[in-house]
Formats: sequence, structure tokens, C-alpha cells
Amino acid sequence: MGPSRVGRILGVLAGLCVAGGLYLGLVVAPPDATQGEVQRIMYLHVPSILTAYVAFTATFVASVLYLWRRDPRADAVAVSSAEVGVVFTGITLATGSIWGKSTWGVWWTWDARLTLTAILFTIYVGYLMLRAFAEEPQAAARYGAVLAILGFFDIPLNHLAVQWWRTLHQPSSLIRPGGPSIDLALLVPLLVNLAGLLLLYSYYVVERTRLERMRQRALALRLIRGRRG
Amino acid sequence: MVVAEVMRRTWAMTWKDVRVELRARERMNAMLFFAALVLFIFNFALGPDLSKLREAAPGLLWLAFLFTGMLGLGRSFQAERENECFEELLLTPGDRESLYFGKLAGNILFMVMAEALILPLFAILYNLEIWAALPGLLLVAFLGTVGFSTIGTLLAAMTAHLRAREVMLPLLLFPLTVPVILGSVKATEALLSGGGLAEASHWVKLLCGFDVVFLVICPLAFEFVLEE
Repeated sequence: MGPSRVGRILGVLAGLCVAGGLYLGLVVAPPDATQGEVQRIMYLHVPSILTAYVAFTATFVASVLYLWRRDPRADAVAVSSAEVGVVFTGITLATGSIWGKSTWGVWWTWDARLTLTAILFTIYVGYLMLRAFAEEPQAAARYGAVLAILGFFDIPLNHLAVQWWRTLHQPSSLIRPGGPSIDLALLVPLLVNLAGLLLLYSYYVVERTRLERMRQRALALRLIRGRRG
Repeated sequence: MVVAEVMRRTWAMTWKDVRVELRARERMNAMLFFAALVLFIFNFALGPDLSKLREAAPGLLWLAFLFTGMLGLGRSFQAERENECFEELLLTPGDRESLYFGKLAGNILFMVMAEALILPLFAILYNLEIWAALPGLLLVAFLGTVGFSTIGTLLAAMTAHLRAREVMLPLLLFPLTVPVILGSVKATEALLSGGGLAEASHWVKLLCGFDVVFLVICPLAFEFVLEE
């Protein structure tokens, strides 16, 4: 079975948007005055982390919904979104590392945001492992939902603690009081990329959720057949 | 009346765990011996240079606390599972919160007891002056222990039902308790450098905040974990 119709449309849109965004960011946009060409990595780096935040928020909402309604569809969305979120967090860490090497001179430093992103990564990798190690699907769903909710409330506390601990990363230039602080020539490719990655995220989640639903149904069928003996 | 009832049930749960421990001494023996070993190993990890050790003291102290505490947390629900007591626990009348708080109180108690050994032993072995800062240290140790155990008790209940449970508890627990670990280590650092509670105050406040948030969320979440 190929992708669903919604999935196919999302996939095509995502492909076009990401290709356009990358072209704008890597070719059209002017190089940064101080950081030079390497700054272009931002066009992938920033949208990736924002998409990851969207993904983990979706996991949180779907997890609350699952515990409330016990709808396996909510659980399928939660796990799909978390998986895609982990991938985007991984991309953020990798691109940030490459940028850091040429700008700060080191691959990694224990700055507040880097540390936070790493913690975020470990929490949700833990979430995926927890689900993989659960002995039955319902337990995986319940434990996963509990952990996703716990993790979500943990993030602001982590944020506070790590902020006090140290700060080196340049402050956010996109989300801040008083509007974005970057030039339009840089903002447009950034936003196009953001839209592209969000579309890509939706495409992955739609397809992964469909897969998860098939898996759930297959498990249920196996259970029924097992009972009949 | 309702509060008194919950307290009574909580106490029954804690007392059961304490009594099991008093008879078998399984958990405490393992924790204390492990704690002593950790302190011993630090010496090899950092070499005999006392000044270097003293510089790293707050972090090392908390590593010893946390690793030892985790050992105890893991046992708290695994013992129930191994002896097939989980079902009986679930059958106890009343709400699940008192089960959680009972287990939590026991876990905090065991961890605090281990810390009561680790702290003086650490001071003796590495020649640290802790006595002046002791009241502050006890407060920070307690707050850190409460925070760590609050999440730990919930996760221990969860991981007791997993495959590879021994591995999964630390993997989930440490990332989630980063604020507690950071707060405890930084507050201890401020106290050990002679800053007094005033210097450690914002970390202490963070610890309090963390404890309150998770003391509210974890008992609620516990209900979903125990469902069978």
C-alpha cells in the first residue's frame, strides 16, 4: 500500500517547499556580514528545532487525549510525532555542531541551549525506548503517555535551571518581544524553510500514524486469533 | 477525615516497606555497601590529589547520592513484582495516591539513610570541612532527595514492568531530573565554598519549585501507571 491521498499531497508540497526554501537560503540569500557562508546552516537549523518543538507539543496533547479518551488513534499520533521530533532534534544538534565548529571553534560546548536541546533529545529517545521495552501494547501506550506528560512539564524547569547555569548561545532572533530582528532577505528563506519542514513533519506524522494504526490492528487480530486457539 | 485516612494508608504502606527492610536488610545493605564503594572509586578516578578532589566535591557527593538512591528506587517495585505482590497491592482498598505516597516516603527514608552515611564518610575520606555548612547541606540534600525520589518512584513503578528494567530506570530518570541534579550540585557548591544559604538561595528555591510541581503531577500520573 502506498501513501494515502492526504499523505501524497503533503509529501509533494513539503518537497517543493523544502527545495524552494533551501534554494533561497543556500543560493539567493546574501551571506552573513560577520559569519560568512556558514551562517546559511541556520536556514535548516532554526526551522528544525521549531518543528521539533511542534512535534513534542503534539505528542503531549495526543498523550493527554489518550489518557482521557483511551483512543488508540491518539496514541498512534503521539508516538509518530515523538519519533519525527527526535529526528528533527537530531538534525538540530548535528547542524548546530557543524556551525559551532566553524564559528566558535568547537563541536560542542555546554551552553544553556545546547544543553537543553541535548536533554530534550535524551528525554524523547528515552520515551521511544520505554515504548519499545513495554511488554504489551496498552502498557506501552499508557507509560508513554505518562512519560510524555512528565517530560513536557519538565522542560520549563530544565530551561530555568540551565539558563541560570550558563548562557553562550546567541539569543533568539526570531521569537522575541518586539518582533523578529533579522533582515527580510534572510527572514523569507527562513520562513519558507520553516513552512517546508512543518509540511514535511505533517507528511511523516500522517504516514507514520497510518503505519502505527496498521500495526495496532495487526496486533489486535493476532490476539483474537490467539484466543480462538 | 479524608486526609487522616490517606495519611493512615500512606503510613501503612511505608511501614510495610520499612518492616520488610528491617527483616531482610536487602536494600539498605546493598545501598550502603555500594555507596562506600563509590566513594572509594572516586579516589582512583581523580587520583590522590586532594585539592582536585575538593574542587569536584559537590558533584562527586551528588553522584554518590544519586547512584545509591537509584539502586534503592529500582528495588522498591521490583521486589513487589518478583514476589508477585503487585496484584495484592492493587487490591488494597482506597485510592492509589496513598500507595504512591507510601512508597515515596519509604524511598526518601532509605535514600536519606544512605546519605547520612555517605556525607560523613566523604568528609573524612577527602578531608572536607563540612561541619560549618551542615544545616544548609542537610536542607539541600533533603530537597534534592525529595525531587529525585518523586519522579523516581513513579518511574520505578513504570519500569518494573518492562523488559530490560534495570537499564531503563536510569535512562529515563536522569534526563528528567536534570533540574534537581543541577540545583542540588550548585547549591552544595555554594554552601561548601562558605557562601551560606543566602548564596545558595535561588537554587534552593528552584529545588522547592521542582519538588512542588512533581509532588502534584506524579501522584496523579501514578494512577495511570498502576492500571491493570
